Amino acid sequence: MMQPGLYHLLFISTALFFIGVYGFFTRRNLVTMLMSVELILNSVNLNFIAFNKYLWYDKMDGLFFTIFIIAIAAAEAAVAIAIIINLYRSHQSIDVENTEDLRY
Amino acid sequence: MPNATYIALIPLLPLAGFLMLGIFGRKYFKNTSGVIGAALLLISTVLALYTAYGYFFEYGKVDGVYQKLVPLKYTWLQFSENVSIDMGIIIDPVSVMMLVVVTFVSLMVHIYSLGYMKGDERFPTYYAFLGLFTFSMLGLVVSSNIFQIYIFWELVGVSSFLLIGYYYDKPSAVAACKKAFIVTRFADVGFLIGILILAFHSGTLDFNTLITTLTSPETEGYKSAAAASFMGVSALTWGLALVFVGGAGKSAMFPLHIWLPDAMEGPTPVSALIHAATMVVAGVFLVARLFPVFAISSPNALTMVGYVGAISALIAAIIACTQTDIKRVLAYSTMSQIGYMMFALGVSKYGGEEGLGYTASMFHLFTHAMFKALLFLGAGAVIHYIHSNEMKDMGGLRKYLPVTHITFLIACLAIAGVPPFAGFFSKEEILLAAYEHNTAIYWIALITSGLTAFYMFRLYFNIFWNAPSPLERAGGEVHGEHHGEGGFVMMMPLVLLAVGAAGAGFIPFGHFISSDGKQLNTEFHLQFSIAPVALGLAGIFIAMWMYKKQNNRPDKIAASLSSLYKAAYHKFYIDEIYTFITQKIIFNLIGRPAAWFDKNVVDGMINATGNGTKDISESIKGLQSGKVQSYAIYFLAGVIGLALLFIYWWT
Repeated sequence: MMQPGLYHLLFISTALFFIGVYGFFTRRNLVTMLMSVELILNSVNLNFIAFNKYLWYDKMDGLFFTIFIIAIAAAEAAVAIAIIINLYRSHQSIDVENTEDLRY
Repeated sequence: MPNATYIALIPLLPLAGFLMLGIFGRKYFKNTSGVIGAALLLISTVLALYTAYGYFFEYGKVDGVYQKLVPLKYTWLQFSENVSIDMGIIIDPVSVMMLVVVTFVSLMVHIYSLGYMKGDERFPTYYAFLGLFTFSMLGLVVSSNIFQIYIFWELVGVSSFLLIGYYYDKPSAVAACKKAFIVTRFADVGFLIGILILAFHSGTLDFNTLITTLTSPETEGYKSAAAASFMGVSALTWGLALVFVGGAGKSAMFPLHIWLPDAMEGPTPVSALIHAATMVVAGVFLVARLFPVFAISSPNALTMVGYVGAISALIAAIIACTQTDIKRVLAYSTMSQIGYMMFALGVSKYGGEEGLGYTASMFHLFTHAMFKALLFLGAGAVIHYIHSNEMKDMGGLRKYLPVTHITFLIACLAIAGVPPFAGFFSKEEILLAAYEHNTAIYWIALITSGLTAFYMFRLYFNIFWNAPSPLERAGGEVHGEHHGEGGFVMMMPLVLLAVGAAGAGFIPFGHFISSDGKQLNTEFHLQFSIAPVALGLAGIFIAMWMYKKQNNRPDKIAASLSSLYKAAYHKFYIDEIYTFITQKIIFNLIGRPAAWFDKNVVDGMINATGNGTKDISESIKGLQSGKVQSYAIYFLAGVIGLALLFIYWWT
């Protein structure tokens, strides 16, 4: 059975990143967009882990970075959901096309 | 050495009066401001007399030569080691004499105004302005630095502007004060350039150093000033000529005299102060202050001064013969007498007997201040009584204004040069100086002196004789009756000035003031004075023949000289020439193109910037759509772009 190498992990992380980007650009639902952002963050986490494991296996920096990102992502999700709830209260909708009040 | 404190107080007391009355006058000193102003000036006058006494009789003379003392010098703005703008006091015969003249005349005007301006709405403001004016003029005469004199020069301009435009609800007064300010300001540009030229070459702004440098041929400053030339004339002459332009503007010399007659719009005591005795002699004073430089280093500039003075004297005298507004006649006579002082300086040389013109000029300045202030204040009393400036409203007033009549007659005799009144002595000296050095100017002066006698007595007879009197015309009732001549405060200055006008001529002026500070013994030549006195008497008798009784002789003579009379009546069309030059030539050739350039090019550039910004923002504002996802696309595109840049180009 073949051991997964660095390239395999980078491929998965790139795929995850662009799936997240695609979702962020195309979804109209704010919650879905938030989930897409989480995908992007996780693809970055995967990158950190992969580089840590394969290139600098005697160090722990990548690991700690990942833990920070997860913690901050949790906080960010809480803030974002709070914003979305407030938006729902004022606009009766969580569709991104209804949030175009701030423009020229 | 004199004590600097009390000399400094002479100008500072009127300044204190100005500040106090200007700031608090309307609230606290509504009725007492006149007394306060007059009291402050009385102290100044006493101090000035004390200074003069001390200077002339105690400490001023060292080895028979009057020294230039600088009791106070405060360095204010230091530019380099030698160049600085100082605030200082210079004490020499001329400045001491001017201190006495200015404070005395100003005091007379202050006292006189107590009666003349009584009940005026802006009484405290009036006295504040008088104080400012007196302060500036006193500061001007004691200036020890050429830039200090310029500062006070401009202050004099501003305060005369304020006083001429005192009746600011009268359009003619507003126009007159603007005219006075603009014309003198225009001349002051010349003065400033002159200062810069002289200061550049001599390397200093201090009067004493400047005069010493520019009169000794071995100094570097003199050499550079004499060597540098522009259009074939040395820089020294240019500098002095330009300084003289400034002096000519203030002193109303031809062709910069146009503001003086219009400036009669101010209250009459102000005319006495500004336009007779003090401000207009500032130009003469300036030339006298720089006289050693003029006389020793640049005789050409001095000759120019002489001719400008002589021409002004003659033209003004001719115009004065035809004017009907009594204050305008006096204004032109002032211009004519200032012309006398100027050409007396112009024909003078430096030092010894040759410097007679200088002494004569200062002497005439002194006596003229007396009798001209008297004439103006007398005219003020007449105007106060009649409420009109026009000769045709007057006549036969000698019964109603006895004090004014006598004092006015003394002043007229003095200005006409009838012995033994003051004007006779100073005018004789001037004529003698002109006779010795420049025959052309002598003849002009002689004619002018005859004309002076004629127009002054034309004025006198028209006001006080030439019946019917206003009382007879009005059928027994005249509105001036109720306040009579104007009371003690108005008559007292007239009497004091009349004493001055009658007796000032006996002062042996040459003992005190001469071009080099040494005593100058002026001799009296009986046979020489026959011609001018005879001409003066002839002028008086012609005036008497024409104007003492009402008759048609003046009209006949005016008709026989119709074109000359008309030209003189219209002041030789000089105002019209100015209007033509400014409105037709300067406005069309410079003003309008400049306005076009400003409107289209300068404004166009500003408008283009604004419009361009607006157009660009109009076209790109769509980028701020409010769509979060499109922002994200721009962001991603930017990141990818930067990534490509760093990967492929930034190696």
